[in-house]
Amino acid sequence: FPGLADVSIAQDIPVEGEITVPVGSQSPDEDYSTLDEPVKDTIMRDLKAVGKKFVHVMYPRKSSALLRDWDLWGPLVLCVSLALMLQGGSADSKDDGGPQFAEVFVIIWFGAVVITLNSKLLGGTISFFQSLCVLGYCVLPLTVAMLVCRLVLLAGAGTVSFIIRLIVVGAMFGWSTLASTAFLADSQPPNRKALVVYPIFLFYFVISWMILTFTPQ
Amino acid sequence: IACLVMYLFAEFDDAANLLAANPDATTISIDEPVEIPKNQHSRLQEPGREEDDELLGTDDSDKTELLAGQKKSAPFWTFEYYQTFFDVDTYQVLDRIKGSVFPVPGKNFVRLYIRSNPDLYGPFWICATLVFTIAVSGNLSNFFIHLGKPTYHYVPEFRKVSIAATTIYAYAWLVPLALWGFLMWRNSKVMNIVSYSFLEIVCVYGYSLFIYIPTAILWIIPQQVVRWVLVVFSLCLSGSVLVMTFWPAVRDDNRRIAVATVASILLLHALLAVGCLAYFFDAPELDIPAPIIPAHNGTTVITKSH
Repeated sequence: FPGLADVSIAQDIPVEGEITVPVGSQSPDEDYSTLDEPVKDTIMRDLKAVGKKFVHVMYPRKSSALLRDWDLWGPLVLCVSLALMLQGGSADSKDDGGPQFAEVFVIIWFGAVVITLNSKLLGGTISFFQSLCVLGYCVLPLTVAMLVCRLVLLAGAGTVSFIIRLIVVGAMFGWSTLASTAFLADSQPPNRKALVVYPIFLFYFVISWMILTFTPQ
Repeated sequence: IACLVMYLFAEFDDAANLLAANPDATTISIDEPVEIPKNQHSRLQEPGREEDDELLGTDDSDKTELLAGQKKSAPFWTFEYYQTFFDVDTYQVLDRIKGSVFPVPGKNFVRLYIRSNPDLYGPFWICATLVFTIAVSGNLSNFFIHLGKPTYHYVPEFRKVSIAATTIYAYAWLVPLALWGFLMWRNSKVMNIVSYSFLEIVCVYGYSLFIYIPTAILWIIPQQVVRWVLVVFSLCLSGSVLVMTFWPAVRDDNRRIAVATVASILLLHALLAVGCLAYFFDAPELDIPAPIIPAHNGTTVITKSH
Protein backbone atom coordinates (compact mmCIF):
# COMPACT_ATOMS: atom_id res chain seq x y z
CA PHE A 1 0.00 0.00 0.00
CA PRO A 2 2.06 2.94 -1.21
CA GLY A 3 -0.20 5.63 0.28
CA LEU A 4 0.35 4.46 3.80
CA ALA A 5 4.10 4.98 3.73
CA ASP A 6 3.94 8.50 5.09
CA VAL A 7 1.26 7.93 7.67
CA SER A 8 2.75 8.46 11.09
CA ILE A 9 1.48 9.18 14.56
CA ALA A 10 2.84 12.19 16.40
CA GLN A 11 5.12 11.22 19.22
CA ASP A 12 3.38 13.29 21.89
CA ILE A 13 -0.03 11.68 21.54
CA PRO A 14 -0.18 8.69 23.87
CA VAL A 15 -1.53 5.62 22.25
CA GLU A 16 -2.98 3.22 24.68
CA GLY A 17 -5.82 0.80 25.13
CA GLU A 18 -6.65 -2.79 25.78
CA ILE A 19 -6.02 -5.20 23.02
CA THR A 20 -7.53 -8.17 24.73
CA VAL A 21 -11.33 -8.28 24.87
CA PRO A 22 -12.20 -9.89 28.18
CA VAL A 23 -15.04 -12.35 28.08
CA GLY A 24 -17.56 -12.78 30.81
CA SER A 25 -18.69 -10.17 33.26
CA GLN A 26 -17.63 -7.07 31.35
CA SER A 27 -19.69 -7.33 28.19
CA PRO A 28 -21.57 -4.03 27.51
CA ASP A 29 -25.00 -5.61 27.61
CA GLU A 30 -24.66 -6.38 31.29
CA ASP A 31 -24.47 -2.65 32.24
CA TYR A 32 -27.87 -1.80 30.76
CA SER A 33 -29.82 -4.88 31.71
CA THR A 34 -31.25 -4.43 35.15
CA LEU A 35 -33.48 -7.45 35.02
CA ASP A 36 -31.17 -9.76 36.90
CA GLU A 37 -30.12 -7.51 39.72
CA PRO A 38 -31.57 -7.85 43.20
CA VAL A 39 -34.75 -5.85 43.88
CA LYS A 40 -32.96 -3.95 46.62
CA ASP A 41 -30.55 -2.49 44.05
CA THR A 42 -33.39 -1.29 41.83
CA ILE A 43 -35.24 0.38 44.66
CA MET A 44 -32.10 1.91 46.14
CA ARG A 45 -31.08 3.37 42.80
CA ASP A 46 -34.44 5.10 42.38
CA LEU A 47 -34.46 6.22 45.98
CA LYS A 48 -30.99 7.66 45.60
CA ALA A 49 -32.07 9.56 42.50
CA VAL A 50 -35.07 10.98 44.34
CA GLY A 51 -32.94 11.86 47.36
CA LYS A 52 -30.35 13.58 45.21
CA LYS A 53 -33.09 15.72 43.68
CA PHE A 54 -34.36 16.63 47.15
CA VAL A 55 -30.89 17.88 47.99
CA HIS A 56 -30.81 19.88 44.76
CA VAL A 57 -34.07 21.57 45.73
CA MET A 58 -32.96 22.44 49.23
CA TYR A 59 -29.71 23.93 47.96
CA PRO A 60 -30.63 25.21 44.51
CA ARG A 61 -27.62 25.59 42.28
CA LYS A 62 -27.31 25.85 38.54
CA SER A 63 -27.23 22.12 38.02
CA SER A 64 -29.16 20.35 35.35
CA ALA A 65 -29.64 17.08 37.21
CA LEU A 66 -33.25 17.89 38.02
CA LEU A 67 -34.05 18.68 34.44
CA ARG A 68 -32.11 15.93 32.71
CA ASP A 69 -33.27 12.89 34.65
CA TRP A 70 -36.79 13.83 35.51
CA ASP A 71 -39.03 11.54 37.48
CA LEU A 72 -42.39 11.98 39.11
CA TRP A 73 -41.89 9.77 42.18
CA GLY A 74 -40.76 12.67 44.34
CA PRO A 75 -43.69 14.93 43.44
CA LEU A 76 -46.13 12.08 44.06
CA VAL A 77 -44.71 11.34 47.50
CA LEU A 78 -44.68 15.03 48.43
CA CYS A 79 -48.20 15.65 47.16
CA VAL A 80 -49.67 12.65 49.00
CA SER A 81 -47.91 13.48 52.27
CA LEU A 82 -48.96 17.15 52.06
CA ALA A 83 -52.56 16.19 51.34
CA LEU A 84 -52.57 13.70 54.20
CA MET A 85 -51.15 16.21 56.64
CA LEU A 86 -53.84 18.73 55.64
CA GLN A 87 -56.54 16.32 56.79
CA GLY A 88 -58.01 16.20 60.22
CA GLY A 89 -58.60 19.92 60.39
CA SER A 90 -62.24 20.13 59.47
CA ALA A 91 -64.62 22.23 61.49
CA ASP A 92 -68.13 21.41 62.69
CA SER A 93 -69.85 21.51 59.33
CA LYS A 94 -68.25 19.74 56.44
CA ASP A 95 -68.93 22.61 54.09
CA ASP A 96 -66.72 25.19 55.71
CA GLY A 97 -63.72 23.11 56.50
CA GLY A 98 -60.33 22.93 54.96
CA PRO A 99 -59.52 21.35 51.62
CA GLN A 100 -60.32 17.70 51.18
CA PHE A 101 -57.68 15.22 50.07
CA ALA A 102 -58.91 15.23 46.47
CA GLU A 103 -58.96 19.01 46.38
CA VAL A 104 -55.31 19.30 47.43
CA PHE A 105 -54.33 16.65 44.91
CA VAL A 106 -56.21 18.33 42.08
CA ILE A 107 -54.89 21.78 42.93
CA ILE A 108 -51.28 20.64 42.95
CA TRP A 109 -51.37 18.50 39.82
CA PHE A 110 -53.80 20.59 37.79
CA GLY A 111 -51.97 23.75 38.82
CA ALA A 112 -48.62 22.29 37.77
CA VAL A 113 -50.05 21.19 34.40
CA VAL A 114 -51.56 24.62 33.75
CA ILE A 115 -48.31 26.39 34.61
CA THR A 116 -46.37 24.04 32.32
CA LEU A 117 -48.82 24.63 29.47
CA ASN A 118 -48.56 28.35 30.08
CA SER A 119 -44.78 28.37 29.88
CA LYS A 120 -44.80 26.22 26.75
CA LEU A 121 -47.40 28.42 25.06
CA LEU A 122 -45.30 31.48 25.83
CA GLY A 123 -42.43 29.92 23.92
CA GLY A 124 -40.48 28.03 26.57
CA THR A 125 -38.04 25.34 25.57
CA ILE A 126 -38.51 23.04 28.53
CA SER A 127 -40.35 19.79 28.04
CA PHE A 128 -43.69 18.99 29.66
CA PHE A 129 -42.55 16.39 32.16
CA GLN A 130 -39.38 18.24 33.07
CA SER A 131 -41.43 21.21 34.14
CA LEU A 132 -43.87 19.01 36.09
CA CYS A 133 -40.88 17.39 37.79
CA VAL A 134 -39.37 20.73 38.85
CA LEU A 135 -42.66 22.16 40.10
CA GLY A 136 -43.44 18.99 42.03
CA TYR A 137 -40.04 18.73 43.66
CA CYS A 138 -40.11 22.38 44.71
CA VAL A 139 -43.14 21.63 46.91
CA LEU A 140 -40.61 20.05 49.32
CA PRO A 141 -39.96 23.21 51.41
CA LEU A 142 -43.70 23.69 51.83
CA THR A 143 -44.13 20.08 52.96
CA VAL A 144 -41.42 20.68 55.56
CA ALA A 145 -43.32 23.82 56.61
CA MET A 146 -46.51 21.77 57.00
CA LEU A 147 -44.68 19.32 59.24
CA VAL A 148 -43.35 22.15 61.39
CA CYS A 149 -46.82 23.72 61.57
CA ARG A 150 -48.40 20.52 62.80
CA LEU A 151 -45.72 20.14 65.46
CA VAL A 152 -46.17 23.75 66.58
CA LEU A 153 -49.93 23.28 66.71
CA LEU A 154 -49.46 20.30 69.01
CA ALA A 155 -47.95 22.69 71.52
CA GLY A 156 -50.70 25.27 71.32
CA ALA A 157 -52.85 27.39 69.04
CA GLY A 158 -52.41 30.91 70.33
CA THR A 159 -51.02 34.08 68.81
CA VAL A 160 -47.38 33.07 69.39
CA SER A 161 -47.81 29.81 67.53
CA PHE A 162 -49.54 31.70 64.71
CA ILE A 163 -46.62 34.09 64.37
CA ILE A 164 -44.14 31.22 64.33
CA ARG A 165 -46.21 29.43 61.68
CA LEU A 166 -46.50 32.61 59.63
CA ILE A 167 -42.74 33.12 59.62
CA VAL A 168 -41.99 29.49 58.78
CA VAL A 169 -44.57 29.27 56.00
CA GLY A 170 -43.48 32.62 54.56
CA ALA A 171 -39.84 31.60 54.49
CA MET A 172 -40.59 28.24 52.87
CA PHE A 173 -42.87 29.89 50.31
CA GLY A 174 -40.02 32.20 49.31
CA TRP A 175 -37.64 29.23 49.15
CA SER A 176 -39.99 27.22 46.91
CA THR A 177 -40.59 30.08 44.54
CA LEU A 178 -36.91 30.95 44.27
CA ALA A 179 -35.88 27.32 43.77
CA SER A 180 -38.38 26.66 40.99
CA THR A 181 -37.64 30.00 39.34
CA ALA A 182 -33.92 29.19 39.36
CA PHE A 183 -34.59 26.00 37.44
CA LEU A 184 -37.32 27.19 35.09
CA ALA A 185 -36.52 30.79 34.25
CA ASP A 186 -33.58 30.02 32.03
CA SER A 187 -35.65 28.18 29.48
CA GLN A 188 -37.85 31.20 28.75
CA PRO A 189 -37.35 34.01 26.25
CA PRO A 190 -35.94 36.95 28.22
CA ASN A 191 -38.76 39.41 27.59
CA ARG A 192 -41.39 37.04 28.98
CA LYS A 193 -39.73 35.85 32.16
CA ALA A 194 -42.09 37.77 34.43
CA LEU A 195 -45.08 36.33 32.60
CA VAL A 196 -43.86 32.82 33.43
CA VAL A 197 -42.72 33.49 37.00
CA TYR A 198 -45.98 35.08 38.15
CA PRO A 199 -48.17 31.91 37.84
CA ILE A 200 -45.52 29.95 39.76
CA PHE A 201 -45.71 32.60 42.50
CA LEU A 202 -49.52 32.30 42.56
CA PHE A 203 -49.34 28.48 42.71
CA TYR A 204 -47.05 28.38 45.74
CA PHE A 205 -48.99 31.21 47.37
CA VAL A 206 -52.20 29.17 47.22
CA ILE A 207 -50.46 26.12 48.70
CA SER A 208 -48.93 28.29 51.45
CA TRP A 209 -52.36 29.73 52.22
CA MET A 210 -53.79 26.22 52.62
CA ILE A 211 -50.96 25.34 54.98
CA LEU A 212 -51.20 28.52 57.02
CA THR A 213 -54.97 28.36 57.51
CA PHE A 214 -54.90 24.77 58.72
CA THR A 215 -56.59 24.67 62.10
CA PRO A 216 -56.98 21.49 64.07
CA GLN A 217 -60.36 20.52 65.37
CA ILE B 1 -58.84 53.66 2.10
CA ALA B 2 -58.51 57.15 0.64
CA CYS B 3 -56.25 58.13 3.51
CA LEU B 4 -54.07 55.07 2.97
CA VAL B 5 -53.76 55.85 -0.74
CA MET B 6 -52.89 59.46 0.03
CA TYR B 7 -50.23 58.32 2.47
CA LEU B 8 -48.69 56.02 -0.11
CA PHE B 9 -48.77 58.78 -2.75
CA ALA B 10 -47.08 61.10 -0.26
CA GLU B 11 -44.31 58.60 0.23
CA PHE B 12 -43.93 58.19 -3.53
CA ASP B 13 -43.89 61.96 -3.91
CA ASP B 14 -41.04 62.23 -1.45
CA ALA B 15 -39.15 59.51 -3.21
CA ALA B 16 -39.80 61.15 -6.60
CA ASN B 17 -38.59 64.51 -5.25
CA LEU B 18 -35.43 62.93 -3.94
CA LEU B 19 -34.85 61.19 -7.22
CA ALA B 20 -35.41 64.40 -9.17
CA ALA B 21 -32.88 66.16 -6.95
CA ASN B 22 -30.28 63.47 -7.40
CA PRO B 23 -30.89 61.51 -10.61
CA ASP B 24 -27.83 59.38 -10.22
CA ALA B 25 -28.79 57.97 -6.89
CA THR B 26 -29.55 54.30 -6.93
CA THR B 27 -32.92 53.42 -5.59
CA ILE B 28 -34.17 50.17 -4.17
CA SER B 29 -37.70 49.28 -5.12
CA ILE B 30 -39.75 47.88 -2.29
CA ASP B 31 -42.55 45.49 -3.05
CA GLU B 32 -46.06 46.90 -2.71
CA PRO B 33 -47.53 44.35 -0.21
CA VAL B 34 -44.78 45.12 2.32
CA GLU B 35 -46.10 48.67 2.56
CA ILE B 36 -49.28 47.64 4.32
CA PRO B 37 -47.83 45.99 7.45
CA LYS B 38 -45.16 48.68 7.57
CA ASN B 39 -47.94 51.22 7.58
CA GLN B 40 -49.62 49.37 10.42
CA HIS B 41 -46.40 49.33 12.43
CA SER B 42 -45.81 53.01 11.90
CA ARG B 43 -49.31 53.62 13.16
CA LEU B 44 -48.34 51.80 16.32
CA GLN B 45 -45.68 54.36 17.05
CA GLU B 46 -47.78 57.42 16.23
CA PRO B 47 -50.57 57.79 18.72
CA GLY B 48 -51.63 60.94 16.95
CA ARG B 49 -53.05 58.90 14.14
CA GLU B 50 -55.50 57.20 16.46
CA GLU B 51 -58.16 59.73 15.51
CA ASP B 52 -57.87 58.60 11.92
CA ASP B 53 -58.24 55.03 13.07
CA GLU B 54 -61.38 55.91 14.96
CA LEU B 55 -62.96 57.63 11.96
CA LEU B 56 -61.93 55.06 9.40
CA GLY B 57 -63.25 52.05 11.21
CA THR B 58 -63.94 50.24 7.95
CA ASP B 59 -60.38 50.53 6.80
CA ASP B 60 -58.93 49.39 10.07
CA SER B 61 -61.31 46.50 10.52
CA ASP B 62 -60.62 45.36 6.96
CA LYS B 63 -56.91 45.41 7.67
CA THR B 64 -57.27 43.73 11.00
CA GLU B 65 -59.35 41.04 9.39
CA LEU B 66 -56.63 40.58 6.79
CA LEU B 67 -53.85 40.44 9.35
CA ALA B 68 -55.83 38.19 11.62
CA GLY B 69 -56.30 35.80 8.75
CA GLN B 70 -52.62 35.86 7.96
CA LYS B 71 -51.56 35.30 11.55
CA LYS B 72 -53.72 32.38 12.57
CA SER B 73 -53.01 30.15 9.64
CA ALA B 74 -52.08 27.03 11.63
CA PRO B 75 -54.89 24.43 11.84
CA PHE B 76 -56.69 24.43 15.13
CA TRP B 77 -55.58 20.99 16.23
CA THR B 78 -51.89 21.92 16.33
CA PHE B 79 -50.04 23.43 19.27
CA GLU B 80 -48.82 26.38 17.16
CA TYR B 81 -52.39 27.60 16.69
CA TYR B 82 -52.78 28.17 20.40
CA GLN B 83 -49.32 29.68 20.68
CA THR B 84 -50.52 32.61 18.57
CA PHE B 85 -52.82 33.57 21.44
CA PHE B 86 -49.89 33.92 23.83
CA ASP B 87 -47.75 36.08 21.60
CA VAL B 88 -47.29 38.90 24.11
CA ASP B 89 -44.33 40.27 26.00
CA THR B 90 -44.25 41.43 29.61
CA TYR B 91 -44.43 45.12 28.77
CA GLN B 92 -47.44 44.54 26.49
CA VAL B 93 -49.39 42.81 29.24
CA LEU B 94 -48.51 45.60 31.67
CA ASP B 95 -49.58 48.22 29.12
CA ARG B 96 -52.93 46.51 28.63
CA ILE B 97 -53.51 46.31 32.36
CA LYS B 98 -52.67 50.00 32.67
CA GLY B 99 -55.08 50.79 29.85
CA SER B 100 -57.90 48.97 31.60
CA VAL B 101 -57.37 50.77 34.89
CA PHE B 102 -56.83 54.30 33.56
CA PRO B 103 -59.30 54.74 30.71
CA VAL B 104 -58.26 57.48 28.33
CA PRO B 105 -61.37 59.40 27.31
CA GLY B 106 -62.10 58.95 23.64
CA LYS B 107 -59.65 56.14 23.09
CA ASN B 108 -60.87 52.65 22.39
CA PHE B 109 -59.16 49.95 24.48
CA VAL B 110 -59.26 47.40 21.69
CA ARG B 111 -57.86 49.70 19.02
CA LEU B 112 -55.27 51.23 21.29
CA TYR B 113 -53.88 48.22 23.09
CA ILE B 114 -55.06 45.00 21.51
CA ARG B 115 -54.21 46.04 17.93
CA SER B 116 -55.25 42.75 16.32
CA ASN B 117 -53.12 40.76 18.74
CA PRO B 118 -55.60 39.49 21.33
CA ASP B 119 -54.05 37.29 23.95
CA LEU B 120 -55.46 34.71 26.31
CA TYR B 121 -52.73 35.11 28.93
CA GLY B 122 -54.23 38.24 30.50
CA PRO B 123 -57.85 37.06 30.78
CA PHE B 124 -56.91 33.62 32.13
CA TRP B 125 -54.43 34.68 34.80
CA ILE B 126 -56.33 37.81 35.84
CA CYS B 127 -59.38 35.61 36.45
CA ALA B 128 -57.30 33.07 38.40
CA THR B 129 -55.77 35.82 40.54
CA LEU B 130 -59.17 37.36 41.13
CA VAL B 131 -60.65 34.02 42.25
CA PHE B 132 -57.97 33.47 44.87
CA THR B 133 -57.86 37.12 45.92
CA ILE B 134 -61.60 37.17 46.59
CA ALA B 135 -61.50 33.87 48.47
CA VAL B 136 -58.48 34.85 50.61
CA SER B 137 -59.70 38.40 51.27
CA GLY B 138 -63.17 37.18 52.18
CA ASN B 139 -61.70 34.67 54.59
CA LEU B 140 -59.41 37.29 56.18
CA SER B 141 -62.18 39.87 56.43
CA ASN B 142 -64.52 37.42 58.15
CA PHE B 143 -61.73 36.44 60.52
CA PHE B 144 -61.11 40.04 61.58
CA ILE B 145 -64.80 40.83 61.93
CA HIS B 146 -65.56 37.88 64.17
CA LEU B 147 -62.25 37.95 66.04
CA GLY B 148 -63.30 38.95 69.53
CA LYS B 149 -66.29 36.69 69.85
CA PRO B 150 -65.95 33.74 72.23
CA THR B 151 -68.10 31.42 70.14
CA TYR B 152 -66.15 31.99 66.93
CA HIS B 153 -64.05 29.14 65.58
CA TYR B 154 -61.97 29.99 62.53
CA VAL B 155 -62.68 27.94 59.39
CA PRO B 156 -60.76 28.22 56.13
CA GLU B 157 -64.00 28.10 54.05
CA PHE B 158 -62.35 26.28 51.20
CA ARG B 159 -65.64 25.52 49.46
CA LYS B 160 -65.93 29.15 48.48
CA VAL B 161 -62.89 28.90 46.22
CA SER B 162 -64.69 26.59 43.81
CA ILE B 163 -67.79 28.77 43.88
CA ALA B 164 -65.71 31.88 43.18
CA ALA B 165 -63.89 30.11 40.35
CA THR B 166 -67.12 29.00 38.68
CA THR B 167 -68.69 32.45 38.93
CA ILE B 168 -65.75 34.45 37.68
CA TYR B 169 -64.76 32.15 34.84
CA ALA B 170 -68.39 31.89 33.74
CA TYR B 171 -68.66 35.68 33.70
CA ALA B 172 -65.38 36.17 31.84
CA TRP B 173 -66.14 33.59 29.13
CA LEU B 174 -69.91 33.15 28.77
CA VAL B 175 -70.86 36.83 28.80
CA PRO B 176 -68.39 37.64 25.98
CA LEU B 177 -69.78 34.66 24.06
CA ALA B 178 -73.33 35.96 24.43
CA LEU B 179 -72.28 39.50 23.56
CA TRP B 180 -70.34 38.36 20.51
CA GLY B 181 -73.29 36.33 19.30
CA PHE B 182 -75.60 39.27 19.81
CA LEU B 183 -73.27 41.66 17.97
CA MET B 184 -72.89 39.21 15.08
CA TRP B 185 -76.66 38.93 14.83
CA ARG B 186 -77.10 42.69 14.80
CA ASN B 187 -74.28 42.96 12.24
CA SER B 188 -76.24 40.84 9.85
CA LYS B 189 -79.15 43.27 10.08
CA VAL B 190 -77.40 46.63 10.36
CA MET B 191 -74.05 47.29 8.72
CA ASN B 192 -71.79 48.37 11.58
CA ILE B 193 -68.51 50.09 11.00
CA VAL B 194 -66.76 48.53 13.95
CA SER B 195 -66.91 44.84 14.70
CA TYR B 196 -64.90 42.78 17.13
CA SER B 197 -63.77 39.19 17.03
CA PHE B 198 -64.66 36.86 19.88
CA LEU B 199 -61.14 36.87 21.28
CA GLU B 200 -60.99 40.66 21.36
CA ILE B 201 -64.19 40.75 23.43
CA VAL B 202 -62.79 38.10 25.81
CA CYS B 203 -59.62 40.18 26.07
CA VAL B 204 -61.51 43.36 26.98
CA TYR B 205 -63.60 41.59 29.59
CA GLY B 206 -60.59 39.82 31.08
CA TYR B 207 -58.50 42.95 31.43
CA SER B 208 -61.45 44.97 32.73
CA LEU B 209 -61.68 42.57 35.68
CA PHE B 210 -58.22 43.59 36.85
CA ILE B 211 -59.51 46.57 38.85
CA TYR B 212 -61.40 44.18 41.13
CA ILE B 213 -58.16 42.66 42.44
CA PRO B 214 -57.02 45.67 44.49
CA THR B 215 -60.67 46.36 45.26
CA ALA B 216 -61.07 42.89 46.77
CA ILE B 217 -57.97 43.41 48.89
CA LEU B 218 -59.31 46.75 50.13
CA TRP B 219 -62.66 45.14 50.95
CA ILE B 220 -60.98 43.63 54.00
CA ILE B 221 -61.57 46.98 55.70
CA PRO B 222 -64.69 46.32 57.77
CA GLN B 223 -66.59 49.51 56.99
CA GLN B 224 -69.68 49.34 54.81
CA VAL B 225 -69.25 52.90 53.56
CA VAL B 226 -65.68 52.23 52.44
CA ARG B 227 -66.74 49.03 50.68
CA TRP B 228 -69.55 50.62 48.74
CA VAL B 229 -67.39 53.59 47.75
CA LEU B 230 -64.86 51.10 46.41
CA VAL B 231 -67.57 49.27 44.47
CA VAL B 232 -68.75 52.47 42.82
CA PHE B 233 -65.23 53.65 42.06
CA SER B 234 -64.04 50.41 40.45
CA LEU B 235 -67.32 50.08 38.58
CA CYS B 236 -66.86 53.55 37.10
CA LEU B 237 -63.34 52.82 35.94
CA SER B 238 -63.82 49.40 34.36
CA GLY B 239 -67.36 50.19 33.25
CA SER B 240 -66.12 53.19 31.32
CA VAL B 241 -63.55 51.02 29.54
CA LEU B 242 -66.30 48.60 28.52
CA VAL B 243 -68.65 51.38 27.42
CA MET B 244 -66.00 53.13 25.35
CA THR B 245 -65.18 49.83 23.70
CA PHE B 246 -68.68 48.72 22.84
CA TRP B 247 -70.45 51.99 22.14
CA PRO B 248 -68.86 52.38 18.67
CA ALA B 249 -69.99 48.88 17.82
CA VAL B 250 -73.67 49.51 18.48
CA ARG B 251 -74.18 53.23 17.90
CA ASP B 252 -75.22 52.74 14.28
CA ASP B 253 -78.00 50.48 15.35
CA ASN B 254 -81.46 51.33 16.55
CA ARG B 255 -81.07 53.83 19.40
CA ARG B 256 -83.04 51.78 21.90
CA ILE B 257 -81.15 48.58 21.18
CA ALA B 258 -77.80 50.35 21.47
CA VAL B 259 -78.65 51.87 24.82
CA ALA B 260 -80.13 48.60 26.07
CA THR B 261 -76.99 46.67 25.10
CA VAL B 262 -74.62 49.05 26.83
CA ALA B 263 -76.88 49.23 29.88
CA SER B 264 -77.01 45.45 30.21
CA ILE B 265 -73.21 45.23 29.91
CA LEU B 266 -72.88 47.66 32.81
CA LEU B 267 -75.59 45.93 34.80
CA LEU B 268 -73.91 42.53 34.58
CA HIS B 269 -70.59 44.06 35.58
CA ALA B 270 -72.18 45.72 38.60
CA LEU B 271 -74.00 42.51 39.49
CA LEU B 272 -70.71 40.63 39.61
CA ALA B 273 -69.13 43.15 41.96
CA VAL B 274 -72.11 43.43 44.28
CA GLY B 275 -72.68 39.68 44.30
CA CYS B 276 -69.07 38.96 45.25
CA LEU B 277 -69.20 41.55 47.99
CA ALA B 278 -72.42 40.16 49.42
CA TYR B 279 -71.49 36.48 49.29
CA PHE B 280 -67.84 36.37 50.25
CA PHE B 281 -67.67 39.23 52.74
CA ASP B 282 -69.83 39.17 55.85
CA ALA B 283 -71.40 42.42 56.85
CA PRO B 284 -69.40 44.16 59.56
CA GLU B 285 -71.13 44.58 62.89
CA LEU B 286 -72.68 47.90 63.72
CA ASP B 287 -70.54 50.03 66.02
CA ILE B 288 -73.39 50.95 68.37
CA PRO B 289 -74.82 47.80 69.92
CA ALA B 290 -78.51 47.91 70.61
CA PRO B 291 -79.03 48.40 74.32
CA ILE B 292 -80.19 45.19 75.91
CA ILE B 293 -81.60 45.47 79.38
CA PRO B 294 -81.26 42.12 81.09
CA ALA B 295 -84.64 41.28 82.60
CA HIS B 296 -83.20 39.44 85.62
CA ASN B 297 -85.65 41.19 87.88
CA GLY B 298 -88.76 40.11 86.08
CA THR B 299 -91.31 41.34 88.57
CA THR B 300 -89.90 44.83 88.61
CA VAL B 301 -90.17 45.11 84.84
CA ILE B 302 -93.73 43.89 84.78
CA THR B 303 -94.87 46.31 87.43
CA LYS B 304 -93.17 49.15 85.56
CA SER B 305 -94.89 48.35 82.34
CA HIS B 306 -98.16 48.58 84.16
